[in-house]
Amino acid sequence: MSAQGCTATPVLRERGQREVFCGLTSIVWLHRKMQDAFFLVVGSRTCAHLLQSAAGVMIFAEPRFGTAILDETDLAGLACAQDELDNVVTQLLSRRSDIRQLFLVGSCPSEVIKLDLEKAAERLSQQFAPRVRVINFSGSGIETTFTEGEDACLAAMVPTLPQSDAAQLLVAGALPDVVQDQMLGLLADMGLADVAVLPAARADDRVTVGPNTKVAMVQPFLGETLAALTRRGATHIAAPFPFGEEGSTAWLRAVARAFGVSDAVVDRVTEAPRARARRAVAQAAEVLSGKSVFFLPDSQLEIPLARFLTRECGMQAIEVGAPFIHSGLMAPDLALLEAGPVISEGQDVDLQLDRVRAARPDLTVCGLGLANPLEAEGLTTKWAIELVFTPVHFYEQAGDLAGLFSRPLRRRAILQREAAE
Amino acid sequence: MKLAVWTYEGPPHVGAMRVATAMKGLHYVLHAPQGDTYADLLFTMIERRNHRPPVSYTTFQARDLGSDTANLFKTACRDAYDRFRPEAIIVGASCTAELIQDDPGGMAETMGLPVPVIPLELPSYQRKENFGADETFFQIVRSLARPVPRTERPSANLIGPTALGFRHRDDITEVTALLHEMGIDVNVTAPYGATPSDIARLGAAHVNVLMYPETGESACRWMARELDVPHTRTVPIGVGATRDFVAEIAGLLDVAPRLDDSRLRLPWYSASVDSTYLTGKRVFLFGDGTHVAAAARIARDEMGFEVVGLGCYNREQARMLRALARDFGVEALISDDYLEVERRIEDLAPELILGTQMERHIAKRLGIPCAVISAPVHVQDFPARYSPQMGIEGANVIFDTWVHPLVMGLEEHLLTMFREDFEFHDAAGASHHGGKAAPRPQVDPAPAPAESGPEARGGAVDIVWLPAAEKELKKVPFFVRGKARRNTEAFAAQQGVAEISVDTLYEAKAHYAR
Ligand code: SF4
Repeated sequence: MSAQGCTATPVLRERGQREVFCGLTSIVWLHRKMQDAFFLVVGSRTCAHLLQSAAGVMIFAEPRFGTAILDETDLAGLACAQDELDNVVTQLLSRRSDIRQLFLVGSCPSEVIKLDLEKAAERLSQQFAPRVRVINFSGSGIETTFTEGEDACLAAMVPTLPQSDAAQLLVAGALPDVVQDQMLGLLADMGLADVAVLPAARADDRVTVGPNTKVAMVQPFLGETLAALTRRGATHIAAPFPFGEEGSTAWLRAVARAFGVSDAVVDRVTEAPRARARRAVAQAAEVLSGKSVFFLPDSQLEIPLARFLTRECGMQAIEVGAPFIHSGLMAPDLALLEAGPVISEGQDVDLQLDRVRAARPDLTVCGLGLANPLEAEGLTTKWAIELVFTPVHFYEQAGDLAGLFSRPLRRRAILQREAAE
Repeated sequence: MKLAVWTYEGPPHVGAMRVATAMKGLHYVLHAPQGDTYADLLFTMIERRNHRPPVSYTTFQARDLGSDTANLFKTACRDAYDRFRPEAIIVGASCTAELIQDDPGGMAETMGLPVPVIPLELPSYQRKENFGADETFFQIVRSLARPVPRTERPSANLIGPTALGFRHRDDITEVTALLHEMGIDVNVTAPYGATPSDIARLGAAHVNVLMYPETGESACRWMARELDVPHTRTVPIGVGATRDFVAEIAGLLDVAPRLDDSRLRLPWYSASVDSTYLTGKRVFLFGDGTHVAAAARIARDEMGFEVVGLGCYNREQARMLRALARDFGVEALISDDYLEVERRIEDLAPELILGTQMERHIAKRLGIPCAVISAPVHVQDFPARYSPQMGIEGANVIFDTWVHPLVMGLEEHLLTMFREDFEFHDAAGASHHGGKAAPRPQVDPAPAPAESGPEARGGAVDIVWLPAAEKELKKVPFFVRGKARRNTEAFAAQQGVAEISVDTLYEAKAHYAR
């Protein structure tokens, strides 16, 4: 293969009907991650319904998110919408003394009527200081796609981080706690014990940034967050994303090099987990090897995952579609992805489905709205959303990650055998 | 502006999608941002539909605002026609598009598409999903239905079933059979399974069966007025209602009332001795107005329960439900605030909740048995087996469904007799339910004061449970403990007693003995 991989592959840019979530969906995992935060969407009944539908069965008595639903009176005059918002926030915070960070989340309706949530956040921050910090960001569908909600949220937090000139590592991206602990363990074994993580679990957990901060990203969709950190003086450690044995090792090695940790130390620390990851992946790869895969755009995880599936599981990528491709963040993964597949950005869902039907891939990675219809057409699918809601990063999850893709194929094989009897 | 945590209904355009997705040969062009496409998954995942909803979204973005959102809409409209070749198109705006005022209806009309284009005005900031479905279906009927000759044989339309409806699929089968027994044909079922050309011949029917007033009432009213097709008022859920329905249809069509009840089991099951334990069970009902009203009648008259509270989330049915509640001597709760419903349930401490998926979660948290009787729906509400709510089989299904969460007949007594038995403690639950029985905790944790008194649960009365009484209360089986606590507190309040002792507990028990 060429050393360039897909770096020079021209990107097919499509502009048509998109079948993707909006950024509000990120709240579903962000509110679990930040344990003293409340996410208040300022939006419509649609926004509330989306959150509820995306959250699925996870109905808690009073979750740490909600929607301030705009009604006609709010649309009539804007001054009153700010007052109304103050009322809702005051009620909420008086009932929930556990809340230390409040995120005002903009939606399409709030943005179209130009409801100034930044102003509201400033005012409410002053009013509720020091107990509660109020931050605003946009999760709207006219500005953000799915995981870009997390990007907007973290980017909005960056200006509030205290300044520090200490030489330090900052890891950006929300990871499930168990995975984050594994990562911190590996870094500590390499001698990097003092690692800050954005987002932190609690408002009081100290995360700082400054000119001697080096940032490693664990999620590929954090372009705005990286830009905000860079503006604060931080430098980016470019690396493939830590999916699979290869990605995890490359990521750790890049971080190690940035801090002068020798390759020998990295090898020693990662030897055992690498072997475990390879063994675990090999089992799933038996099913995946030689099979073709087609990614519809969803979370921006598509390119790193295609790299994992093609290089570690022996799959062939037909098309790798992403809602948006951040060339800087994606460069290391694109370079590793062997040239061949169509790389597409954006979507025209009907045209893209025509391509899926023509190619008849062995596995199609797509959103929940498309999975059953494609299955009914005889195609095997993997719901993309599971890749975001499941622990999939780093060594100990590499086998699970491969398993997410092999299970639908195994299942289809089992059911066919039964049907043939 | 109102804070919503969980909602019973989606926005009105989701109601329009329920109509469009139920129909064939119809396409919906929806001016909406990309995130609104989440609604597709309701149909493909919850209802397991094997095709995409027939909806084209314009998915405009911020950069399109003020420049060419209107063109985006026109392109989407033309592409949808070219690709799907529908018999008719409905067009409308979601909440965001409503604000940018592109007027999809007006634009679509000027495009000269060779099929009927039906504009929808669904005020997203005032109304909700059921309204959206009702209004959409009404507009479709108004645009397409024409006066046509009546069928020779007596016939009926089944009106109201939609995609994502609570058991609509099976209710259609049941009601069709019910009518068939009386020699009545089904002319058209709509929106479920109907094409625009089917809508055109709605007027051929002699009567409309209004299955679900939530989604079909406006269309039925219009057809009564404009096409002279009368509609039924009785929703045939439950034995009594099914018999009334048969009588109503017979009267409207001048045919003999006939009902084959050879497979009807609810009345005998309910009368059989094993069901004695159902007597006076305190139930709380919540859901859409229609299903709650039907369930209330079944609960009282056919199951022998005591209805201690009822309510609905759709304001459109508030008046009907309030009248019904007066009949039952309770106060109706009309609210779409999940937390308010939860508070009401906590206050009433029922022994069984008949509600929606939302109440199922409340019930789980409060440890109260629960069965689902109404939308909003969950993937579990689309069972593979035939399980209607309407007609004879519907009544049988309802009996089974409502009884299932309860502890059964003799088992209830065994639990009472042997409540000190290590396998028969509270957490063990009913033997026919899955899940491993948790062993009885070895040490009884001291009752946390925060949990004990009524003040902790928001009550206004200042009554304290003495530790001994609290301990005695723990010996009451869990499925009646809520009632015991409540009765005792009510009794204490009535007697002006501030502290509940073991004696108070037993005096209350004697007082309420029936
Ligand atoms: S796309 Fe916009 S209107 Fe729709 S749910 Fe997302 S933020 Fe709300």
